[in-house]
Amino acid sequence: MTDQSTQPTGTTAPPAPTRGAAAHAISDGWVVAQRNLIKIKRVPEVLVFVLISPIMFVLLFAYVFGAAIDVPGDVDYTEFLIGGIFAQTVVFGATFTGAGLAEDMQKGIIDRFRSLPMSRAAVLVGRTTSDVVYNVLSLIIMALTGLLVGWRVREGVVDMFAGFLLLLLFAYAISWVMALVGLLVPSVEVINNASFIVIMPLTFVSNAFVPQESFDGVLRTIVDWNPVSTLTQACRELFGNVGPGLGEQSAWPMQNPVIYTLGWIALILVVFVPLSVRQYGRATSK
Amino acid sequence: MTDMIQARGLVKRYKEVEALSGLDLTVPEGKVLGLLGPNGAGKTTAVRCLATLLVPDEGSATIAGVDVLKDPQGVRRKIGLSGQYAAVDEHLTGFENLTMVGRLYGFDKATARARARTLLERFDLSDAGDRPSKTYSGGMRRRLDLAGALVAEPPVLILDEPTTGLDVRSRQQMWDVIKELVGGGSTLLLTTQYLEEADRLADDIVVIDHGRAIARGTADELKAQTGGERVEVVLRDVARMDDVLRAFSSVAIGDVQVDDRTATAAVSGGASALRSVLTDLESEGIEVLDIGLRRPTLDDVFLSLTGRATETDAAGQSDSPATEVSS
Repeated sequence: MTDQSTQPTGTTAPPAPTRGAAAHAISDGWVVAQRNLIKIKRVPEVLVFVLISPIMFVLLFAYVFGAAIDVPGDVDYTEFLIGGIFAQTVVFGATFTGAGLAEDMQKGIIDRFRSLPMSRAAVLVGRTTSDVVYNVLSLIIMALTGLLVGWRVREGVVDMFAGFLLLLLFAYAISWVMALVGLLVPSVEVINNASFIVIMPLTFVSNAFVPQESFDGVLRTIVDWNPVSTLTQACRELFGNVGPGLGEQSAWPMQNPVIYTLGWIALILVVFVPLSVRQYGRATSK
Repeated sequence: MTDMIQARGLVKRYKEVEALSGLDLTVPEGKVLGLLGPNGAGKTTAVRCLATLLVPDEGSATIAGVDVLKDPQGVRRKIGLSGQYAAVDEHLTGFENLTMVGRLYGFDKATARARARTLLERFDLSDAGDRPSKTYSGGMRRRLDLAGALVAEPPVLILDEPTTGLDVRSRQQMWDVIKELVGGGSTLLLTTQYLEEADRLADDIVVIDHGRAIARGTADELKAQTGGERVEVVLRDVARMDDVLRAFSSVAIGDVQVDDRTATAAVSGGASALRSVLTDLESEGIEVLDIGLRRPTLDDVFLSLTGRATETDAAGQSDSPATEVSS
C-alpha cells in the first residue's frame, strides 16, 4: 500500500470503459450477483425457507390430493404432479427477485449503484442471475423429494436435463417480470402480496395440479394456452411422465409445449428486460 | 479557478409540491459549498439531480465540465456520493462493500482490494473490516459509506447530510474526516440542517428553503446580513444596571436589551465600541462578570431570513427517507 493511493489526485482514477454494453452488463452483473450470493452464505435461514416450501408442496399434493385427483392414462398422480410442482415453484421463486430489488430500494443501496459509472442493466442482470442459484437448489431438493415419494424419470438423461433447463429459462424470464414489479412497489411487503395475486391464478388455472381435461369451455382454452401449462406439459413429456391418454391434445401449444414455452420465454425477455432496465433508471429510493 | 459544480435554474416538481423552484449553485474547484436548510427544503432533491439520480424538470447542471443531462454516465465517473442513509450492504463486510464498489468503478480485482484496505485503514475501520457491516455502529456505517464515495478518488464529492442522526462524538469524528478531505483539495457539496456544521466545514453557504436559495455568502457575510455585532455585558451587581445603560448610551444603536443581569446592545464599530463601554464601566467602578462582542449565530441568520427557527436537533428524523420529497 503506497501513500499516493490515499491522495485524492486521481492516481487511481477508474479505467476508461473499453468494453461494449453487453460485456459491461455481464461483468458488472456478475459483481452484483456475487454480492447477492454472499447474502445466502450470511443469512442461510432464507435459503432454508425457500427450500422447505417446495418439499411441503410435493408432500401435500402427493398425499392429500393424490387419491382424489384422477389422471387420464396409465400414470400415477405423483408422477403427473411433479412436473406441475416444478413449474409452480420456479414461477413462485421469481417473487424473490422482486423482493430483493424492493429491499435494495428501501435500504438505499440502489442510490449507491445508480451513482456509479456501472452498467444500467447490471443490478438487474446480477439479481436475476443470482436467483437462478435459488432455483437450481430448489429443483434439486424437489427432485430428491419427488424420487422419495415415487416420481421417476422415464426418458433419457439428455431429455431430463432439457426439462430442467427449460424450467430454469422460464424462471429466469419470469424473474424479469418480477424485477419490474419490485422496482415499482413501495416496499417488500407489497411485492409478496402483488406477486401472489398474479402467480396464484397463473399456476392454478393450469394443468399443474389437475389434468387440462378437467377444465371446460373458456377455462379450458386459458389452460391450454397458459405457458405454465405448456411448461408443465413439456416437463412431463421430457421426464416421461405422460401416459398414452395424455398425448392427444387438441390445442397447438399442448402439442408443441417446448417450442411454445420457448416462444413465451423469448417474448417475456424482449418485453420485460428493456422495461425493467428503463424503470431502474428512474428508480429512486423510498 | 474553474467551477466544478454549476447548476442553473433547477426545477423539480412532484405531484403536489415543487421540490426545487429554480435553484442556482456554483462551487469553484477545491471549495466547499454548504447547502443549508431545514427538512423538506429541497436539499436532497438538489443532490439527486446533481448526482444523476433524478432528472430535473427544468434547468441544467454540469459537474467538472460534464453535462448532467447529456452525459450522466460521464458525471458518475466524476462524483462520489454519500447519502443520508448509509448505502452499504449490511450483509457484506466493510471490505466486501468497498471491493464491490471498486469493481463496479471498473477496477480489476487486485486494485479494488488494495483500495478497499487502504480506505478501511484511513477511516479507522481496519479492525472491523472483515465483519458484516450490520454489526457496525451508526458512525462506522457512515464512515464506510463515505469511504465508498472515495473509492475512485473522484474530483467532486457530494455529501447529503453526512452527520444527521449521529451522536456528538461520531459527528465530531465525521467532521474531522471531512476536513481532512477538504484539505486534500476535493471539491465538496455538503447538505446539512446543522448550522454549526455549515459554519465549520463550508467556505460558502447557500441557505435554501422551499426549493430556492434565500441567501448566499460566507458564514460571516450571512451573519453580517442579519445584523451587526452586539456588545454584551454581564453584571455582578444588578443594582448597577442603570450605570451600564449610561455607559452604553454613546455606542448603542437602538434599544439596549436587559435580561436579568445581562445587557445587550447592537453597536457599530465593534472593537472600539467594546473598548469605550469597558472604559466607562471601569471608571464608574462597576464589576462585570463577562463582557464581549457577540456575533449573530447562523441560527439567528435562518430565523431572520425565514421567520422560522431551524430544527437544530433533527436526529430523530433520520429514519424517514421520504421526508424531503413528500413534505
